[in-house]
Amino acid sequence: MSLLEIKDLYVNVEEKEILKGIDLKINKGEVHVIMGPNGSGKSTTANAILNNPAYKKIKGSILFDGADITNLKTDEIARKGIFMSFQLPEEIPGITVSNFLRFAKNKITGKPIKIFEFKNELKKHMEELGIKPEYSERYLNVGFSGGEKKKNEILQLLTLNPKLAILDETDSGLDVDSVNIVSKGIEMFKNKENAILIITHNTKILHALKVDYVHVLVNGKIVKTGTGSLAQEIEETGYKSFK
Amino acid sequence: MKTKLDEINRNVYNIKNKDDYEYKIKKGLTPEIIKEISKQKNDPEWMKEFRLKALETYNKLEMPTWGPDLSMLNMDEIATYVRPKSKMTGNWDDVPEDIKNTFDKLGIPEAEKKSLAGVGAQYDSEVVYHSMKNELISQGVIYTDMETAVREYPDIVKAHFMKCVPLTDHKFVALHGAVWSGGSFVYVPKGIKVEIPLQSYFRLNSPESGQFEHTLIIVDEGASLHFIEGCSAPKYNKVNLHAGCVELYVKDNAYLRYSTIENWSKNMLNLNTKRAIVGKNAKIDWVSGSFGSKISMLYPMSILNGEGARTEYTGISFAGKGQNLDTGFKVIHNNKNTSSLINSKSISKNGGTATYRALVRINEVAKGSKCNVNCESLMLDDISRSDTIPVNDIKTDDVEFSHEAKIGKISDKSIFYLMSRGLSEEDAKGMIVRGFADPISKELPIEYAAEMNNLINLELERKYRIKKGMSK
Repeated sequence: MSLLEIKDLYVNVEEKEILKGIDLKINKGEVHVIMGPNGSGKSTTANAILNNPAYKKIKGSILFDGADITNLKTDEIARKGIFMSFQLPEEIPGITVSNFLRFAKNKITGKPIKIFEFKNELKKHMEELGIKPEYSERYLNVGFSGGEKKKNEILQLLTLNPKLAILDETDSGLDVDSVNIVSKGIEMFKNKENAILIITHNTKILHALKVDYVHVLVNGKIVKTGTGSLAQEIEETGYKSFK
Repeated sequence: MKTKLDEINRNVYNIKNKDDYEYKIKKGLTPEIIKEISKQKNDPEWMKEFRLKALETYNKLEMPTWGPDLSMLNMDEIATYVRPKSKMTGNWDDVPEDIKNTFDKLGIPEAEKKSLAGVGAQYDSEVVYHSMKNELISQGVIYTDMETAVREYPDIVKAHFMKCVPLTDHKFVALHGAVWSGGSFVYVPKGIKVEIPLQSYFRLNSPESGQFEHTLIIVDEGASLHFIEGCSAPKYNKVNLHAGCVELYVKDNAYLRYSTIENWSKNMLNLNTKRAIVGKNAKIDWVSGSFGSKISMLYPMSILNGEGARTEYTGISFAGKGQNLDTGFKVIHNNKNTSSLINSKSISKNGGTATYRALVRINEVAKGSKCNVNCESLMLDDISRSDTIPVNDIKTDDVEFSHEAKIGKISDKSIFYLMSRGLSEEDAKGMIVRGFADPISKELPIEYAAEMNNLINLELERKYRIKKGMSK
């Protein structure tokens, strides 16, 4: 049984048809990449999996761990073990990174969180990602630079430890050092029991990660699926040959 | 933010005692009624004359022609004086059982034990309890009910009573002057620093009545004080009126912090007037949370009369269904190098209206002064309203002035972001609203910050109950 299975998915955004029949299977232990030019429907795919109400499903279904999650609420999907790293993380004033993550972890696990243990774990992950300790007491993403927000997304990924991590353009707008740190964080997360879906329009992040499958998404359809070498090919020739 | 929120029980505010008074004046406003109130209160002659003069002024003044509609207020239907069955006491055990229970449930004596230097409690028109730590008494600090002050400190009272807020200010101030009853009087002598707060709590139990307490605080030169005011009332179907008056004198080099959490019931018209006169290098900080009432018109004011006088205002209002909260701040810069910092936030939901109405006047003499205004509004849905009506009257160029206003709606993107981390929609909204209010919570004493959090949760919960069709 696949961890995630998308079947014949059609999605509209503001009445416009964006996804036109997507099929995708992701198994535990795998790293998948969806690549494609701007506007091809990459972020729509990610948002549709999390059932963002702004993205309307017209047809098709999504199964996770064998259960139909097509129409579950976003928080229910998150509690089943799907995490999405946002392209543009929201700023939430008034709640610190530390308090937010403790609250979220409690919601995800359904268990009380031991404060001391939690703080130590958070501190360890922050060190690993090169995030300054004082950031744990800052308001969530408020006044963070683009790179700091992306690192904070990976910090959340490591803290919440989902079964499936969807990384939406996590590498965009990052300098080389930050890409390396983010890649390291993803590498730390990865194990045999979970899976990763990377959404990107460039290949920077893929150099540091071992990729199992690459899907090329053009105009709302997956036009080609291959192994990691397909990313290499795209880096050299672009998407022209797929249009 | 607390990860686990306490069970909230609105009922604590809604406890309705039997309308069991010792004396309730006839409804309406006539010279005879005013004379009767004065007689009931054993006023000295000068106060009786003052009340009658105030009534004349009241009759001459027009209703305000701006702001929320007050046409539902009919003064002929309001009893302006209700004396509870209790004498003022300094011993909690002497307070009658039902009144004591109400305050017990509101946590009043509890708070006194824990974190207060003195407590006053008013029930309807009269103060039923007043006490203060002996240490402060020996330092010459006076904290008592206003009636005692009129009797025992007539010179100080005469020199200050309704001098900061004159009768002619507006119609409801004149009304207050005619029928005032209860309230607190505080005098902090020169150089005395009162380290722990004093608190007065005002409770209006009687339906179709008014509460008109008068608070007079004088912080003498170089002294300091933190004063906390709390108010609540149970819900009735008829209109209740609150038209209190707060006069604060902050003398040279003195400091006063005045915190209020107001949680009147939703049938209350809250037309309260608060004002401070601030001396040389003195400072007043206002912290104000407005949650209850049907209509509030509340604009605390600082008059910066001394050179280098300063003021800060931190306020939040939360307007729910059927509520029109018209609040804001007024500041007059009347001397050199004065400064003001204004931070206002409002939340409106479920059709509520929150308006920020403000005045900044910087007079020509006030060279080298600074004023920063920040106001932010958050609307939780499409049917609620938020307005910002600032008036800035700046008569000199030698000032630093900035005004920032933001009006926003709760963002679907933020909700989605938080829900993607496992938070329910309710949790997500609560987190955003509490986060919005956080800078204000931080300014409140801890018990009040917790109370404000509870009130916010209460307001949010009520909305969800309605949304889910479970509303009563």
